[in-house]
Parts: sequence; C-alpha cells; structure tokens
Amino acid sequence: MEIITFKKVSKLLGKKQILDDFDLSIQSGEIMVIIGRSGEGKSVTLKHIMGLMKPDSGEVWVDNECITQLNDDDINRVREKFGMLFQYAALFDSMNVRENVGFALDEHTNLSEEEKSKIVAEKLELVHLSGIETMMPSELSGGMKKRVGLARAIARNPQILLYDEPTTGLDPINCDVINNLILELSKKLGVTSIVVTHDMQSVFKIADRVAMLHKGKIIQVGPKSDFRDPENPIVRQFVRGEAEGPLTDEIIQNVLK
Amino acid sequence: MPSRMISHFGDQVITSFEKAGDITKLFLDTLKWCFKSKPNIKQTLQQMVYFGFDSIPIVLLTAMCIGMIFVLQTGYQLTKFGATIYAGGISAIAFAREIGPVFTGWAVASRVGASIAAEIGTMQVTEQIDALKTLATDPVRYLVVPRLLAGVIMVPILTILAVLVGILGGWIIAISNLGITTQVYFSNIQSFLLPKEIYAGLIKTPVFGATIAIIGCYQGFNTFGGAEGVGRATRNSVVTSTILIIFFDYIMGAFILAIWK
Repeated sequence: MEIITFKKVSKLLGKKQILDDFDLSIQSGEIMVIIGRSGEGKSVTLKHIMGLMKPDSGEVWVDNECITQLNDDDINRVREKFGMLFQYAALFDSMNVRENVGFALDEHTNLSEEEKSKIVAEKLELVHLSGIETMMPSELSGGMKKRVGLARAIARNPQILLYDEPTTGLDPINCDVINNLILELSKKLGVTSIVVTHDMQSVFKIADRVAMLHKGKIIQVGPKSDFRDPENPIVRQFVRGEAEGPLTDEIIQNVLK
Repeated sequence: MPSRMISHFGDQVITSFEKAGDITKLFLDTLKWCFKSKPNIKQTLQQMVYFGFDSIPIVLLTAMCIGMIFVLQTGYQLTKFGATIYAGGISAIAFAREIGPVFTGWAVASRVGASIAAEIGTMQVTEQIDALKTLATDPVRYLVVPRLLAGVIMVPILTILAVLVGILGGWIIAISNLGITTQVYFSNIQSFLLPKEIYAGLIKTPVFGATIAIIGCYQGFNTFGGAEGVGRATRNSVVTSTILIIFFDYIMGAFILAIWK
C-alpha cells in the first residue's frame, strides 16, 4: 500500500529548478533511500513530505491526504504521524535530553510526569542511551546527538520516520550504529522509513528500495540490488563514487558556459 | 546610471513594504494564537524574568544617570530666570511622558530584542525551528506568544521603575548642586506631575514591548547564512526596534496630546 506519493511536483528555489515534475511512490513499511548529489533536492523532498515547504505545482499525498492542500491545523495533525531526524540532530540547545525527547509529550499529551519520564526512558533505551536524561546537548558527542534526535523522533510512536543524511559527520563506527538503529527501529516499530543520504555504504546496508534524484527527477528507482551494477551511466558514476563521468562532465560544461 | 539608482531605490521601497507586511502578519498571527490557545505559563514566566527582572540593572542605571543629567541641565537653564525650583517638576513631566518610556524601550531593545533575534536566529539556522514544526508545534505559538506577553507586561513595569529612579537621580542633583530642598523638589513634582501625565507615558509602553518582541522574533525567523546571518539579524533587530519605538512614540504622543490636553 502506498503511504506517500509525489505527483508531478515542481519546486523552484532562487533560479534553480530543484524538483521538476517529480514523481515517487513510497510503500508502507519499507525503507526507501533517496540518493543524489549535494544540492540536488533530497532534503527539499523530505521538507515537502512534512509540509515544511509547499510545491509550486503538483501534489504530495500522505496516508490518503493531500498535504499540499491542508491548512496549518490539519498539517499539524498529519505531522503527528511523522518523526524526523535532522542532519545535525537539531536538538533544542536550551533543553536537556529529557526535555528534548519528551517535547512532543509535554506539548501534546496530558500524561503525568511519571508516565512521560517512563516513555522517555524507554525511547532512550531503544537508541541505547539509557540514563542521560539530565545531560545538555552541548555535553553530547555527534553520534549521541543523532541518537537523542532519533529518540525524540520516535517519542510519540510515529508511522513514518524521515532521516535527513543520518550518517553525515559521523565516524565509521557511529555510522554503523546509526544504520543498525534505522534497521532495528524499522523492524521493532514497523514504521515506514525514508532516508536521504549520499553514503553508499548505508544505502546497501539499510535500503529496501533506492531512488536516485538527478536534475529534479527520479532517474532510477528499484531494489538495492539494481544499484550494485547499474546500467545508467549517471547512476553508475554516483554509486561508484568516480571523479570522471557524465555527472562531472555536466558540471564542467555548466562552469564553461 | 540614474535609472539604475532609481531602480535600486524602487526595489528598496518595495522590499520595505514587503517586510512591513510580513511583520504585521507575524503580529496578527501572534495575536490569533494568544486567543486561540492557552499561553505556555512556564515559557511566559521565563521570558518575563528575562525581559523584566534581568533588565532592571541596565534600565535603572540608565534612568538614574539621565535623571541626574536632566535635572542638572534644566536647573542650570532655569537659574537664569530665577526659576530653579521648577527643575524637579519639569524634569518629572519629561521623564514620565517621554524620557522614561523611550529610554526604557531602547535599553530593552538593545538588551532583550538583540538576544531574541540571536536566539531564534540560531534556532533557524540549526533547523531547530523546522524541528519544532515536525513535532507539530507552531513556532509562533511556542516562541513568539510568550515573548510578546512578556514584553507587553514587563516594559510598563520597567518604565514605572525607571521614572521613579530618574526622579530620585534628579533629587540627588537638586539637593547637592542646585540648592533645592527635598520638600520643595517633591512638592514641585507633586503639583506638576498629574496622573494624566503618568498615564500618557505609560500607555505607550506596551506598544514598545510588543515592538521589541515582534521585531526580535521576525528578524530571528528570517535569519539565513550561519553565524554572519545571526549577527545581521541581531543588528537589524536593534536598529529596527529603536527606529520603530521613536516612530510609535511620536505617533502616540501626538495623538494623546490631541485628545487629552
């Protein structure tokens, strides 16, 4: 069953056409990884799903609701189905870990302090960070911040988890810890996961399906096995991380223009 | 060249109107949230402490110094006409109607307005504002409403304190430099400073508080470009608030004088 659908979405930012008649469907329960070069619109894609950006044209459907046509109150209702991990965690730096993870519980529920603390402890345990409730974000390492961000994202048991470059800025071991968490949470919580990344090691470890974004369109989508030895020369260059090929030729031509 | 200058000037005018529209929209959105949902008491109290209590030293220091200087200068001029005893009364009226409210507004704009812009601007560039939205929390309700309420409540209180301390500062100069006795100084103030003079000054201060809060938040929300952007937002917040405070002071002062002579 499709849970998120992009229908002919276009978005212009400044003078750059970030999304151009962009179509993509994401199935319930899968881990969909969107890859592409920096600045190609991967994060913009996530922001459209959350209703943080509105498309210039086209529609974004989330769980049978067209999020592009909803008012602010309804968008907030739909957002309760989501959890999002930001590239640099985006923890509230004036709050400790307990307040960060329990933010949505404090804001949107009438649970007692005891119940909220219990949920926060459970979520921190899920990301293997028990007992750090009183620490401030400034006291945490990059990897810990991401895991606290993940605990905050799952605090209200969302149906859909969005990850914006979850392994960026982490050492290889922490990258693997985050990848394992994405897989674990997907299995334990049964959520749909959408991951934006250009880390191919992550892609082959966590993805059920992969979509490659290039010049505002999805140029290839399919199971990760299709991306091991792709025929499309653009996809092949990206997946192999080669300095020479059609992707870099385009950049050189643009500079020469 | 002239056509380019005219075009540049035209662009600046259009941008200014667009910004004024955005600021008004932010203010109206904030008002809507004030009535639509219960304000966050904890956040509002925190902001009241920050806006008000923590601003007391700078506001009182400024008020004390200005009160002393004002009475000294006024007394010196009045001595030429043998009217030195009126220094207290004249200064008190000026302080209650104009100097107290405006200088308090400026002191709070430079201390609190700047830090609101820096705090929200940092949240903006580090995606914390987006994080609030993804947690189904409206940033205007969560961040702006408590600051607006704190500004509207605390700037009038700070102004009352500033006027009192300004008058006390003037008294020190009156008895030490001008040879006015304590009794003459205060009885002169009592006969000059009618309640309507105090109301005429105080009525403007919630507007100044709202201006500082809304401009600080607006500049914060519109921050882009990392640390440089935060610096720009902070500077713009202070400059815009300072200009708007004097602009609203003139508009309201003229209006009050017209209807309440």
